[in-house]
Amino acid sequence: MNIIATQALTKTYGGGVTALADLTVSVEPGVIGLVGANGAGKSTFIKIMLGLIAPSGGSVRIFDLDPVTQTDKVRARVGYMPENDCLPPDVSAAEFVTHLGRMSGLPRTAARERASEALRHVGLYEERYRQIGGYSTGMKQRVKLAQALVHDPDLLLLDEPTNGLDPAGREAMLALIHRIGTEFGISVVVCSHLLGEVERICDSLIAIQGGRLLRADRISSMTAASDVLAVEVSEGTDELAARLAEMGLPVTRDGRLLLVPLDSDAAYDRILHAVTALELNLHRLDQRRHRVAELFTTKETADV
Amino acid sequence: MSETGVIHDIGYQRYTGPRLGRGAAINALYVQGLRAAFGLGRSAKAKIFPWLVAAITLLVAVIIAAVKSQIPDFDFGYVDFDDTLSWLIIFFVAILSPALVSRDIRSGTLPLYFSRPLRAADYVIAKFLAMVTAVWLLLGVPQFIMFLGAAFTTKKGMSGVWNEVQDLVPGWTYSLLWALLFTSIGLLVASLTGKQAFAAGGIVAVFLMTTPVVGVLSVLPSSAANHMAGLASPMTLISGVGAWALGSDIGLDLGRYGPIYGIEAFCLIAACLLLLLARYRKVAAL
Repeated sequence: MNIIATQALTKTYGGGVTALADLTVSVEPGVIGLVGANGAGKSTFIKIMLGLIAPSGGSVRIFDLDPVTQTDKVRARVGYMPENDCLPPDVSAAEFVTHLGRMSGLPRTAARERASEALRHVGLYEERYRQIGGYSTGMKQRVKLAQALVHDPDLLLLDEPTNGLDPAGREAMLALIHRIGTEFGISVVVCSHLLGEVERICDSLIAIQGGRLLRADRISSMTAASDVLAVEVSEGTDELAARLAEMGLPVTRDGRLLLVPLDSDAAYDRILHAVTALELNLHRLDQRRHRVAELFTTKETADV
Repeated sequence: MSETGVIHDIGYQRYTGPRLGRGAAINALYVQGLRAAFGLGRSAKAKIFPWLVAAITLLVAVIIAAVKSQIPDFDFGYVDFDDTLSWLIIFFVAILSPALVSRDIRSGTLPLYFSRPLRAADYVIAKFLAMVTAVWLLLGVPQFIMFLGAAFTTKKGMSGVWNEVQDLVPGWTYSLLWALLFTSIGLLVASLTGKQAFAAGGIVAVFLMTTPVVGVLSVLPSSAANHMAGLASPMTLISGVGAWALGSDIGLDLGRYGPIYGIEAFCLIAACLLLLLARYRKVAAL
């Protein structure tokens, strides 16, 4: 079943600014990366999914519910972590998360228990009675995640969760998001302008640019057909290229490297045969996984 | 084999209990707001001011009750109590409505509220009722103490107690009117800024700036202007409504313009609430 399905979703703000144009995607459960540059329409998409703003055209359905007319039902099943700072400094994390749990409709004791649980899962159990004002940026991001998790949603919308974190903090946050998506059974939409960061933890990716859909697919299908072998020899690169071409392998040159598509395991042997036959010094022969980013660059240039 | 003293990671537990609706959320927000108005659930520093104000009002009430029990002719009614303490109430509203409203704007917490089932109107209603209750308690409880003092020392038996009840109920109504008007103005000003100090200053300014206008209007050589002078300031407006509806003596001659005071008070409260709602509708769209 699709958790998010949009049909020709369009949002035009007053003044003729088009934030989203003709966006059609359907998303299966899992960890979903929503990538795009700043101003690409990511935040607008999230606001529409939360029912905070109504689309100007097209339709959107979350868990087969309409956020415009069934706002309460959608919001009860969705947790939202905003991009900006949103925590009051003068209350404890436990108290704050409990309060927001009650705002989501949890009874008092349940809210308190769930708040402790949520803070434990994000790794703030010991510090939860300290005032938020004294927290580090990393801890604040965790509180923001905990408040989105407190009412046990089926879908988390995380807007730039790694914002302002140092490399170690980023790793920890990404690992936590991955854990929520895989072990907790909660689908997660991770918004980011850093493709390299989200592609590692996501099952599928939605890339938008200027409000338009660039590409939406599962990560596995994006990278499946794109494995290549990189061959590097000390000298005689041209001879090897010619030889491989003779053998019917489509070779491309990339600086000192020769790139050969890996269609079967036999390609390894055939390249090795060619190298030994020419008596060249083999420096390197390894499998190279296309980064998702490269797929987007080729796609973009093709569009232009 | 399980060892004692080992903490097991029980993993993530899904929540299967009841999920209450928006009503429960409004109620929770109301209770939290009322507690926050008296500094409960906040830092020790935040408790000083509201409890100082509460202590003063209670002290005044006890003194009045004591004096009344000794000197039966001492004429100081429940309505006079509100009028006397009006500036104290203004400071209470000026300090605490920013704490209720501006704080959420400043820390950017509003998107967290409005991404939940709560609506802008729910938020406004909960905060408004919390503040009205807080101000009303601040006036109503001391009035009740005055009532107890009078009821226990009355020499006319049950009829004396009944007379006091008949005085207390209009007094409570009058306190509610103060609470409604001051809260609507206070929350509206506070909702415009995230800085608590600015909001507090703005609220006091609204009351300070309008008071001289009343003074000027009341000495103009026109009886209509004199009668309607009280309309210019929220404080004299309420006194006027009190004089018109409850017949209290405020030293301000309303002439036959009493109903206008009532209409303006009602319109002012309604307008403030509508503006507050419009403001939060805008904020709720993030």
